[in-house]
Amino acid sequence: MIAIIDYRAGNLTSVARALQYLAEPCEITGDPRKLQEAERIIFPGVGAAGEAMGNLRAGGLDACIREAFQAGKPILGICLGTQVIFDYSEEDEAACLGIVRGQVRRFPGDLRQNGKPLKIPHMGWNRVDFVGDHPVFKGVPQGSEFYFVHSYYPSPADERFVTGWSDYGIRFCAAVAYRNLVAVQFHAEKSGRFGLQILENFCHWEGRDAQ
Amino acid sequence: MLSKRIIPCLDVRDGKLTKGVRFKGNIDIGDPVEVAKTYYEQGADEIVFYDITASAEGREIMIDVVRRVAEAIFIPFSVGGGIRTLEQMRAVILAGAEKVSVNSGAVENPRIISEGAKSFGSQCIVLGMDVKKVDRSEKIPSGYEIVIQGGRKYTGIDALRWAREAEGLGAGEICLNSIDADGTLDGYELELTRLISTNVRIPVIASGGAGKQEHLLDVLTWGMADAALIASIVHYGTYTIRDLKEYLSGRGVKVRRQW
Repeated sequence: MIAIIDYRAGNLTSVARALQYLAEPCEITGDPRKLQEAERIIFPGVGAAGEAMGNLRAGGLDACIREAFQAGKPILGICLGTQVIFDYSEEDEAACLGIVRGQVRRFPGDLRQNGKPLKIPHMGWNRVDFVGDHPVFKGVPQGSEFYFVHSYYPSPADERFVTGWSDYGIRFCAAVAYRNLVAVQFHAEKSGRFGLQILENFCHWEGRDAQ
Repeated sequence: MLSKRIIPCLDVRDGKLTKGVRFKGNIDIGDPVEVAKTYYEQGADEIVFYDITASAEGREIMIDVVRRVAEAIFIPFSVGGGIRTLEQMRAVILAGAEKVSVNSGAVENPRIISEGAKSFGSQCIVLGMDVKKVDRSEKIPSGYEIVIQGGRKYTGIDALRWAREAEGLGAGEICLNSIDADGTLDGYELELTRLISTNVRIPVIASGGAGKQEHLLDVLTWGMADAALIASIVHYGTYTIRDLKEYLSGRGVKVRRQW
C-alpha cells in the first residue's frame, strides 16, 4: 500500500485520483502508524513551508518521515513536499526536514527572459531536462514538459542530487534523487501522460538509486 | 521558459454541453467528461468549464461532472459560472478542480477574491472579466468597461483598474473575455489583451473571438497573453489542438508539443 501523507497542506486528492487511475492502492493518511506500515510514501502538498513544517511537527510526522527515509522506504516528494525535505526554506525562513542537504530559494523578483519581465509564481508547463537514467524517470522523453506552480525552488547543496533541470529566467532544480528518495517540484499528477508515467514508475521502484 | 497554454472552454448546463462538439468523423458528443478526455488526449494544456446552470439541482450535477472529469484527465482544469461563496469554491476544488473562477460574484463582492486566495491559495483563484469597449471617460479612462450578466449590465468599473485591484486582492490569474469579440470568430480583442497583460504581473488568458489559427498567434505574441481560450475553433472540428500547436510552434511560439 502507498501512503499519501496528509498534513493539511492543500488538496491531496488529485494524487490519490491519479494512483486510482493507475490501479495502485493508496490511502491518504496522517497516522504515523499507517505511514510505518506503508510500503512506500508520497509526500505532496501545496501551501507555505512554515505552516507545513508546523503541521508536520504537530502530528509527529517529521520524525516519521525521517525514519521512513532511514529505513530505506521509497519516498516521492511533490511540490511543497519536495521543498520541505531540504534543510531550510526562505519561505517563512523555515527550518525543514534536512533529509537532503540544501536550501529552497525564492525566484528573484526581477527575472527576465528575452527582455520581458517574468511573472511569479512560475505557473504553467515547462520543459524538464533529465540527467542520468534514474528508474523513476524511465520512459519519459527528454525535454518533456510538466505542470508547475511555485514561487520557490530547491537548491541542493550538491548538484549530483539533481536529476532534472528546468529554466525560468534562471536554471533551477526541478527533480532530485537521493538514495531511496525522489522529489519533483512539478505536479506529476497534473502533467498528463508523462507525469502519470513517473507516478507509475515510483509505484514499482524498489528505492535503489541507479547510481 | 513557460509554454503558452491552449485552453478549450466547455459550456455546461445541467451536466450537459450546451453545444455539441464534433470530432473528426463528425461524431457529435454532448457529454462534458468525454469531450474533456478527448481534448486532454489531443494535447490541451488545461480545460475551462463554464457552468451556466441556474438551479441548485443543476449545481449538484455539475459537482458530479467535476468529480468524473478529475478521475479521467490529469491536467489542470478550472470551473466557473455563478460562484459567489467560499462554500461553492470549496465544493468545486474538493471535487477535483485545480482552479475556480469568479466573475460577477467578485464584482458584487471583491472580498471573495481575497478570502478564496487565503483559503485555497492564489493559484486557485481565477478572475473572469467580461469587458466591453466604451468611450474613454473620467470614470472609464482605459475605454474598457466591466460588464456582468452576460454583457447586459454595465457596472461603471474600469477594466484596467479592476484587473489591478483583483491582482492586489490575490487573484492568481485573469481570464479576460471581450464581449465585443466573443462569438465573432474575427479574432481576439488584441488592444485590450495587451493593455491588461502589460499592466498586471499575473498570467492573462485571452478569451473571445478565436476563429482562425492566426488569431491565436496574434494574441500570444502582440497581445502578450499567456494563454488562449478557444471554443468554436475546435468544437466544430475546424482544427484540432495539435493543428493549432503545430502552427504556433512553426511561427516561433513556444507550446507544449509532446503529451
